[in-house]
Amino acid sequence: MSKQPNNSTAREREPLVVLSKRDTVPLGRAILVRAAAIAIAVIICGLLTLLVTKNNPVKVFAAFFYGTFGTSQLAWVTIHNVALLLCVSLAVTPAFRMRFWNIGAEGQALAGCFTCAALMFYLGGKIPDALLVPVLVISSIAAGAVWGLIPAVFKAVWNTNETLFTLMMNYIAIQMVEFFLKVADKSGSNTVGPDLLSHGWFPELFGNKYLLNIIIVFVLTALIYVYLYYTKHGYEISVVGESENTARYIGINVKNVIIRTMILSGAICGLCGLLLVAGSSHSIDSNLVKGRGFTAIMVSWISKFNPIIMVPVSLLIVFLERGAGQVTVSFGLNSSFSEILTGIILFFIIGCEFFLNYRLRFRSREGKKEGK
Amino acid sequence: MTMGFLNWLLLFIPRAIMQGTPLLFGATGEIITEKTGNLNLGIPGIMYVGAISGMTGAFFYENSVVAVNPVLGILIPLVSCLAGSLFASLIYCFLTVTLRANQNVTGLALTTFGVGLGNFLGGSLIKISGSAVPYFSVSDVSRLFRAKLPFASSLGQIGNLFFSYGFLVYLAVIIAVVASVVLKRTRVGLQLRAVGENPATADAAGINVTKYKYFATCIGGMIAGLGGLYFTVDYSGGIWSNDGFGDRGWLALAIVIFSVWRPALSIFGSYLFGGLLVLYNRINVPMQMIPVVQMLPYIVTVIVLVSISAMKKKENLPPASLGLSYFREDR
Amino acid sequence: MRNITKKFGEKVVANKNVNLDVKYGEILALLGENGSGKTTLMNMLSGIYHPDEGEIFVNGEHATINSPNDAFGYKIGMIHQHFKLVDIFTAAENIVLGINDGEKYDIKDAAAKVSVISEKYGFDIKPAKKIYNMSVSEKQTVEIIKVLYRGADILILDEPTAVLTPQETEKLFAVLRRMRDDGKSVIIITHKLNEVLEVSDRVAILRKGEHIATVNTSDATEASLTEMMVGKKVTLNIDRSEPVNVTPRLVVRNISETNQDGVRILKDVSFTANAGEILGIAGIAGSGQRELLESIAGLGRLNSGEIIYHRPKKDLPVSFFHKTYAQVVRMAKEGKFHYEDGTPVNFDGMSRVRIRKLVNDGKILFNEDEIMNLRDHTPLEIRELGVRLSFVPEDRLGMGLVGSMDLTDNMMLRSYRHGKWVFVDRDNPKQLAEKIVSDLDVVTPGVGTPVRRLSGGNVQKVLVGREISAAPKVLMAAYPVRGLDINSSYTIYNLLNRQKEIGTAVIFVGEDLDVLLGLCDRIMVISSGEITGIVDARTATKEEIGLMMTGRKRVVENEQTTE
Repeated sequence: MSKQPNNSTAREREPLVVLSKRDTVPLGRAILVRAAAIAIAVIICGLLTLLVTKNNPVKVFAAFFYGTFGTSQLAWVTIHNVALLLCVSLAVTPAFRMRFWNIGAEGQALAGCFTCAALMFYLGGKIPDALLVPVLVISSIAAGAVWGLIPAVFKAVWNTNETLFTLMMNYIAIQMVEFFLKVADKSGSNTVGPDLLSHGWFPELFGNKYLLNIIIVFVLTALIYVYLYYTKHGYEISVVGESENTARYIGINVKNVIIRTMILSGAICGLCGLLLVAGSSHSIDSNLVKGRGFTAIMVSWISKFNPIIMVPVSLLIVFLERGAGQVTVSFGLNSSFSEILTGIILFFIIGCEFFLNYRLRFRSREGKKEGK
Repeated sequence: MTMGFLNWLLLFIPRAIMQGTPLLFGATGEIITEKTGNLNLGIPGIMYVGAISGMTGAFFYENSVVAVNPVLGILIPLVSCLAGSLFASLIYCFLTVTLRANQNVTGLALTTFGVGLGNFLGGSLIKISGSAVPYFSVSDVSRLFRAKLPFASSLGQIGNLFFSYGFLVYLAVIIAVVASVVLKRTRVGLQLRAVGENPATADAAGINVTKYKYFATCIGGMIAGLGGLYFTVDYSGGIWSNDGFGDRGWLALAIVIFSVWRPALSIFGSYLFGGLLVLYNRINVPMQMIPVVQMLPYIVTVIVLVSISAMKKKENLPPASLGLSYFREDR
Repeated sequence: MRNITKKFGEKVVANKNVNLDVKYGEILALLGENGSGKTTLMNMLSGIYHPDEGEIFVNGEHATINSPNDAFGYKIGMIHQHFKLVDIFTAAENIVLGINDGEKYDIKDAAAKVSVISEKYGFDIKPAKKIYNMSVSEKQTVEIIKVLYRGADILILDEPTAVLTPQETEKLFAVLRRMRDDGKSVIIITHKLNEVLEVSDRVAILRKGEHIATVNTSDATEASLTEMMVGKKVTLNIDRSEPVNVTPRLVVRNISETNQDGVRILKDVSFTANAGEILGIAGIAGSGQRELLESIAGLGRLNSGEIIYHRPKKDLPVSFFHKTYAQVVRMAKEGKFHYEDGTPVNFDGMSRVRIRKLVNDGKILFNEDEIMNLRDHTPLEIRELGVRLSFVPEDRLGMGLVGSMDLTDNMMLRSYRHGKWVFVDRDNPKQLAEKIVSDLDVVTPGVGTPVRRLSGGNVQKVLVGREISAAPKVLMAAYPVRGLDINSSYTIYNLLNRQKEIGTAVIFVGEDLDVLLGLCDRIMVISSGEITGIVDARTATKEEIGLMMTGRKRVVENEQTTE
């Protein structure tokens, strides 16, 4: 034998760090690890901000807060943005809990926007508003549901890869909106504004145009929480997500659950589209959802698919976005800076999950008996 | 009529090829990555990072010398582009392979980060350049990248059709062909595909799964980054404007599916999709039909995706472990 | 190659002080029951595990084997039961996968080399054929060539014949003999005596992790090998009551099933499970036990046959809960009912009101149990038919329970549909969980703990407790004591016994023959998907069952099937 490693070198070749999966982590430790990750990320972001603004960090931080909550107008916009992000996050969550990777929320929401805007455009003024609003509500939600249903059916029947399918559906929806823009506004503008979509607006509550949307979303949060944790459907979703074998064993029809859940997921996205068009902007363009469909995926995942945790997480993301937006105005940076900060913080939160899911064991040398 | 169509085609095809080239870089890079089971949704971000890194290198070089040296003028943007996209790819690898994070979430976060970084640096450079319009340009470097083959103009229309592009266009095709050969005909390719199909089997056969995943994702990311570089220094004439790259990264992901994970087919797919992007300029369609034409690539992709899953021909399906991180449970 | 000594010592002792040597140019059979440590032992040789104690010598020199690659360095190759192949690759591609010999990679060259090896040993293989187009035996051939291609001189085959037809087995043995004649050493892990006698030169017998003996095959007989393999009968302290009121509850008739790979897993299986009796199912692991239970539970896809359930109705009142008025009248016409005093029911001339009253007062009784066919019903439909069938599957955390859910939510798996309300009821499941925890002494911090965090025995108590709580008429349990300590095992035996005493038909799939003989009333033996016999557990011997498990002997029992 040419290859004859002796005993000691062989021992050294054993891995120094051994990985094993963890079952569960005590709550305190879980919070500690995540807090530490966010803290490190915030420090890095702070240093980075300092580096580019070359300004007093307290001032920079103050600008963050000002941009988010500085005036009541700013605060309302912030809360409204939290509500919209939360809405899409709620939408993707039932699908994710079932391990169906719906990354098509952007498109599903746009399908809602498109339907809502098209109906406002074509029916507005022709039927009374009291009739138009319910039509908008039903149609927009249905449109989102259909957009979610299509990939679900193919997943259930042929096991078509849902991640890629839903991703593609986003861009089909974007072009559909573009098509509407071109048809509705012959001037070739990139937006169809309130002048053309003048009917079917949601009422303002107490003179605040955001309040109704915010209330709807927070009620929805509670509903989805109850749906996921306290209803038979929610229970079935959890079982299918955890183990398809168990689902079969107790007689759950997995295909039905996939289709049903994706209809719900798409429907909530459609609702978000409705809130965006009829509830706030009264206009439409192909970037109306502003990437929330993608951000929501991260919000939902970071929150461990728990609707209640999504509230602070959405707030954190919106805070970063709007705060950094203010920083860019106050210190003459450009607005993309917030995306860098969001990215860095996300990387740390994503990375820290590893230390919660796996146990690192360092191989101790004295603990090993020499086999002689 | 036929002569007219031929002329139209001769004008159209070069535009399609130029539009298709960034997509080809992106698709080839993503195919190599996905073949090891890594679904890198960060590719749009990586292409942005590649583009801005190359542009940053070019910008500082161009502004620090009086006359641009042709060799350095090409090398500096190229190397900085590769370094930037390597950095972005390493973030993805570290999180998904070493820390076994969810690939979708990591990829999307990387895209957020990459697009942000691109636009931030871009915006900063616009400010530094003191430009009054929202873009900056590196025209001297761009001229180098756009240099045609010397005999192109002497060959008339044939020359125009085949030899009228900057060298990155040919590089994209060469890389795609090489990737195709490597994946199909070499040991490295075989082992790489094994990692994506069945990491446990590859592991048992003594293949270092982690090494292959890192290797393929980083190489793939760097190739995709070149797509960003081509778009800025060549296609756009060395002009950077924020968000100018658009959704091309996602289109590249669509081409990966359209070409059923085959780099050679992605050459055709990229030029076809590139053609569809500019088709409306070349035909007389009513303006509102433009989005319908632009929707076509995605619809075609969905049809391909559904057909391959319906036909269940195993060679055409996505790599079996796509999107999953690998963890050797026992031992 | 001499003197492989391996010692093992930890909580679970897989191998204890095993000494084994293999010579070149021989076929050594490694014989033992399930869990006797055969595979573990060989995994140490092939680098999957490494021994805690003991040493391995190859060609008289000390060898350290930490990975499959190390093993290849010593020219040792193992063919595992579960094939490690890439489906979309060709045979040749799989064979060369992972080899970095520094030579130029050329798949045609490799294919040629594969053909040379095939010819030398008589394999029948097309190097360019894709794995997913292959039969199981072809895949196995690829695995064997993979090892030979790397120049292995010592080949280990783990249960190679488990997936093969008799004809394919013959072919394989011919190949193995040719390898032996070529000077290679072949180790074949098996528990099939006929094969041992047919193909091996020497036999090493393992029992409960210990090496019992190594004998020359020419000196061995089936009887002597069986005795060494199963050991002396150990009498267990299980209280076994005499069955009372034994009536057929579940009659399985001629069921057959083919899996995705086209392998027949169940071949014309027929048997009867009686109420008030424990029917044991013995067999080598993977002989079709899992598929048999799953098809009864509504999870399988049968090609043929019937699963007849006798719903216990004899002498019980008819109700409008499951029957419509018209059905009751029709059945009365067919003479299916009697009064409490035994006189036949005749509704002729009675008014509708009177009939309804008689039924509602519980005066009308069934003559016989109700017969229903469960085949091709889903688990949900079976329950909706009113069949009280409980099933403790082999894969506790992968099928029977959801590991990440707590005890309460796991109780809900069976009951969450109760009630018309869209919300789930967690109160009753919580009470049930608490009851099971206290009744069965489940060690857990509380009913809100994810079951994954419980020990194996406690997980099983939770699962069995839940299945029994449904007051089943048929209770199927697959390997319910696998991995459990003595105390937990006895808890489970007692639970099963109590079920039997209250008239449940219990089906118990086990692996320990002592337990089967001590617990069950009858034992059915299954071998490669076929029933090789049903014996009385009070009179049967371990040897007898051991032989049937290998598919050798059939005992035809006069079954009291009621048609």
